[in-house]
Parts: sequence; C-alpha cells; structure tokens
Amino acid sequence: MTDSHTLVAERVSLGYGDRTVVEGLDLTVPPGRITAIVGANACGKSTLLRALSRLLAPSQGQVVLDGKAVHTQPTKAVARTMGLLPQSPLAPEGIAVADLVARGRSPHQRMLSRWAVADEQAVEEALGLTGTSDLVDRAVDELSGGQRQRVWIAMALAQQTDILLLDEPTTYLDICHQIEVLDLLTDLNRTRGTTIVMVLHDLNLAARYADHLVAMCGGRLLAGGRPEDVLTAATVEQVFGLRSQVVADPVSGKPMVLPIGRHHTSTPSPAHAHAAPHAR
Amino acid sequence: MSTAYATRPSPSPLRAGRRRRVASRRRAAALLGVLVLTLFALSLMVGQTFYGPGEVWRVVLGQDVPGASFTVGTLRLPRAVLGLVAGASLGIAGVTFQTMLRNPLASPDIIGISAGASAAAVVGIVVLRVDEALVSGMAIVAALVTALVIYLLAYRDGVLGTRLILIGIGIAAMLDSVVAYVIVRAAAWDLQVAMRWLTGSLNGATWGIVLPLVVAAAVLMPALLAQSRQLDLLQHGDDTASALGVRVERTRLTVIVAAVALIAFATAAAGPIAFVAFLAGPIAARVVGAGGSLMIPAALTGALLVLAADLAGQHLFGTRYPVGVITGVLGAPYLVYLLIRTNRAGGSL
Ligand SMILES: Nc1ncnc2c1ncn2[C@@H]1O[C@H](COP(=O)(O)OP(=O)(O)OP(=O)(O)O)[C@@H](O)[C@H]1O
Ligand SMILES: [Mg+2]
Repeated sequence: MTDSHTLVAERVSLGYGDRTVVEGLDLTVPPGRITAIVGANACGKSTLLRALSRLLAPSQGQVVLDGKAVHTQPTKAVARTMGLLPQSPLAPEGIAVADLVARGRSPHQRMLSRWAVADEQAVEEALGLTGTSDLVDRAVDELSGGQRQRVWIAMALAQQTDILLLDEPTTYLDICHQIEVLDLLTDLNRTRGTTIVMVLHDLNLAARYADHLVAMCGGRLLAGGRPEDVLTAATVEQVFGLRSQVVADPVSGKPMVLPIGRHHTSTPSPAHAHAAPHAR
Repeated sequence: MSTAYATRPSPSPLRAGRRRRVASRRRAAALLGVLVLTLFALSLMVGQTFYGPGEVWRVVLGQDVPGASFTVGTLRLPRAVLGLVAGASLGIAGVTFQTMLRNPLASPDIIGISAGASAAAVVGIVVLRVDEALVSGMAIVAALVTALVIYLLAYRDGVLGTRLILIGIGIAAMLDSVVAYVIVRAAAWDLQVAMRWLTGSLNGATWGIVLPLVVAAAVLMPALLAQSRQLDLLQHGDDTASALGVRVERTRLTVIVAAVALIAFATAAAGPIAFVAFLAGPIAARVVGAGGSLMIPAALTGALLVLAADLAGQHLFGTRYPVGVITGVLGAPYLVYLLIRTNRAGGSL
C-alpha cells in the first residue's frame, strides 16, 4: 500500500478507427489522491479511462505507469497495480455474486494455483465494505441495478490494487448508496493511500469528494486542479453549456453548482441576468 | 500488496457457498462422464450380435475373442472412439466460441466454420482424391481461412455482434452448397459417403480416419483448457477482462486457432455432425449451472450427444440413420427457439 505509483498521460490522442475522440491530452494523476473527471456525455471520459488502464492504445503520445509506458508492461502485472470498473461491465447468465467477486482475484492467481486464504479474505473484505455480504449466493442477473453496481465495485476492490479507476461508480445507486460508495472510496484512499480516479456526473459530489477535479470538454482537458479552483460558473457553462450559480456547499464548504434552467428560477443569476434564456 | 489480515472464524457462508457450488458442478460433470462411459460401452456391446461387457473388455485388452475380436475390435471400437472424440471436440470448440463471442448462436457449425472444413474435405476426397492426412490438413486450412474471412467481414472497431452471426450463416449456406454440388457431381459415390459430408456420420470409421483426430484432440484440448480461466473472464467484456490481467487479443487468437483446428479435425473424420457444437454448451450450462468453466462439461455433453444419436440412429428405427440426421432433428428446434429469443433480447449463454 503505497502512494508511490505514478500514472501520467502524455499528450495522448485516442480514437476508434479513424475517429479521434481525445486529442493531445496531458494528465498527471496525483498519487494517493482522489481524482474526479467530469464532463458532458460523449466527451471522452470513458475513453480516457480506458487508455489509462491500457485497454486502448493511444494513436499518439503514451500513458506512463511508474515511469514505463503502460502498453509495454505485462497485462497481469498492470492488473495487480491498477484496477478498473468499466461503465457497463457484463456478467454471464446465472453467475453467483460470490463467484463474480472472486474473479477479481484473477491477477493474483497463477495458472494452476489454488484459491488461497489471502484470496478468501480479500473477497470477504470487499463484500463487507460494499455491503453485499448477504447477496453472496444470489445470481448477479437477479439483482437490482444498485445491488449489482455494488457487487461490481466489490469485484474491483477484491483486486486490491493501489490504483483504482472507476467509470461512473455511482450510477444506479440511490442517494444513500452513492454517499456510501464515495465514503468507502475515501476510506480506502485515506487508510491505504489507494489512488482513485473516477468519472462522476454529479458535479456537487465530485467537488465534495475529489482532491483533484478534472473537467473535460470535447476530448480536451479544460481545467484541472482543486475543486474550488476548477468548478466555477464559467467552467460549467463551457463544459455543459449550462448557466449556473456556484455557491459554497454549507455541509462541506466545497463549491456547489446550482443549475439555472429555463423554468423555476426565481432569482436570476446576477452574472447572466442580462442574457436571454436559451438552452446553450 | 500485503495480505496481512486478521484471520476470521473459518466456515464462512462465502466459503460454504462457493464449496457447495463447486461440488455441485463437479457432481454434474461426473454424472455426464458416467453417462458418456455407459454409452461408449453400449456402442461396443450393441449391434447385430450382442456381446457382453466381459467379452468386450477382453477385446479392448487385446485378447483374441472369436467373432467379437473382429466385430468389436475392428468395426465397433473405431466407430465408438470416433463418436467419443469427435463429439467431445465439437462440444469443447462450440462452447469456446459461444463463450468468447457471448452468444449461443456463435457456434462454429452455425457460423460456417464446420462448413468450410467439410467443403475442403469433400473437394479433397471426391475431386482431388488425396489421402486422409492431407484431407485433415486441407480441412484445417479451409476452416481457418473461413474463420478469418468471417472475422474480417464482421470486424468493425472490435465489435463482433449479430453481424458476425449473420455473415457466418450466409457463408455456411454458400459452403454447404459447394458440398452438395461436389457430391451431386460425383454421381458414382454412394449415399453413405454423401450423408457423411452433408450431415455427418460415423459410418466407415477406421483407425486411419480416427487416429489423426485422436492425436489432434490430445494436443488441442489441453491447449484450450489452459485458456479456460481467461476465456471465462472475457465473458465480462474486453475492458473488464483486460483490467483483470487477461491478454485479450492473445487469448482470443489462441482460442480461435485451437477451436477451429479441433472442428476441422473432427469434421475431416466424421463430417459436419449437425448441431453438436451448437447444442453441447447450452445443454452443459443447464446441467452443471453457471459460474465455472463449461469446457469439460460441454466436451462430455458433445460426446454424449454423438454417442447417443449414433446408437439411436443405428438401432431405434427400421432404417439406419447417420448420426447427423438425428442430431439435426434435435438441434433444429433449438435453433429456431434461439433465433426467436435473441431477436427479442440480446441473449447470452
Ligand atoms: N467502442 C467504440 N467504438 C467507436 N466509438 C466509440 C466507442 N466507444 C466510444 N466511442 C465514441 O467515442 C466518443 C467518446 O465516448 P466515451 O465513452 O469516452 O464518452 P463519455 O465521456 O464516457 O460519455 P458518457 O458520459 O456518456 O459515458 C463518443 O462519441 C462515442 O460515440
Ligand atoms: Mg462514459
């Protein structure tokens, strides 16, 4: 458990086939910190995460893990350092929760090795942390969306990596479970120094939980830094084309975005009071 | 990563549940194994003359038993071994494809790979009149080329979905018509041979036909089994699999080559036995349940299907039907059912 792993994207361009999605992006993931990536749909957040976790080879530039290009490192070794929860993982029909979470131990197992005590404990712990211990014998495809999401998080936790990348870990979760998951990730970060990079859509939660906030727009990195510095009305307008007012969250003191739509806005934002109401 | 944790009181529900599921999967697989052995023994005993287990056993041990030595040793044994090994090969290769492509329709006999092997074999035997070893070789090359063509036609940014199935079905139809054409043109050929190449049959099994398949299976099945853990992880999608340490492209390539070669050897020996590769995996999944590798259960199920269908085809009806006719009758309704079901929702194994 160290915070010494470094993960850096150096001028990476990413795409699918001929289509470039992300161009010349630089990102240094602060070790031992929580980084949140925010941005509009289809701006390339998942694509960036896939490149960081070596699933997608950059067409230009490189991703460097611990000083070496991640694509030149053995997959299994990378998998022991860095885990990923994809946006929409698949489960084979009928698989039991316990068996699914146990698959998170794969990078730690040799080809013919038996299931070890350490594996057992990692799985138990992951189930406990995500509150899924009661579900172990249930089939994954019979769970509710939120239960399933927590099981996937458990699988990523069972992998016990020092870097954890999560693509929208709070989707499907009710507000209580969202907070629980984010608290859990924060615990992991505080107690073990796990470096966390997550894509979040909820700007307020992102600002509250992230040490480092990254705003993406159209495949580029618009701003990166402390949430207080990044999350401004101007950034929100640029990233989402949405007018808003940013105030200090009375609970955490972090910035909080109050969106201004076309309806239900009794006090127009001073900055935009003169602007005609429009969607973009 | 350090793994120093406090030890917990031992028999946890987690462990108990996993143990229970593993045990039940093993029991189911063992049951399949027993059934396969029983049918294998039956195929040696049953025929125009019945030989008891004692006589059969002595023949298998190589002792000279009047009458039985020829009937069992020369006629029935190669046939039974062919059924066993071809069935197992088709079963394991089929479930490999279905698992890898996350689609029960993606089995090599549906998407044209078996048809490629059988077209090459027919051309080799009927047109070019080459010997058995070369026929196997041609079948393998043709099956690999067919797989490659389908892959290239279906490939679009790494997404292999329904398109692959449809393209495969089209290619299968084309290659099947090649087989039919060659057989019709070779009018001098008897119906038995034609049936072997149209639907698959164990008729005419000799050691010369069976041995290449047995050797290939002895090499290729372990090669596939060695990949079974990686293959199971691929079911979660390339992203998850890769994040769990699977070398996705390499695994896929290894597994495709091994499975295609198995299909080719089995097809060169017994013809494209209809639907065995397609049915074995889903049946095995029903029998043993989810959560573990289906390779061994599917191999056993494949062997079971072929041995049972051959026994039934030989002895249950007035006429003798080749094994592929029986498996074809079994498989067709399931194919229709799957096509209806997957049209409604994306299905998986
Ligand atoms: N496998 C793929 N093949 C081709 N194009 C893709 C693929 N995956 C994503 N894209 C495209 O790349 C662009 C960025 O997608 P990405 O998934 O990175 O967006 P995102 O920021 O994660 O969006 P969301 O918030 O909706 O998850 C989109 O235009 C998308 O259509
Ligand atoms: Mg995304």
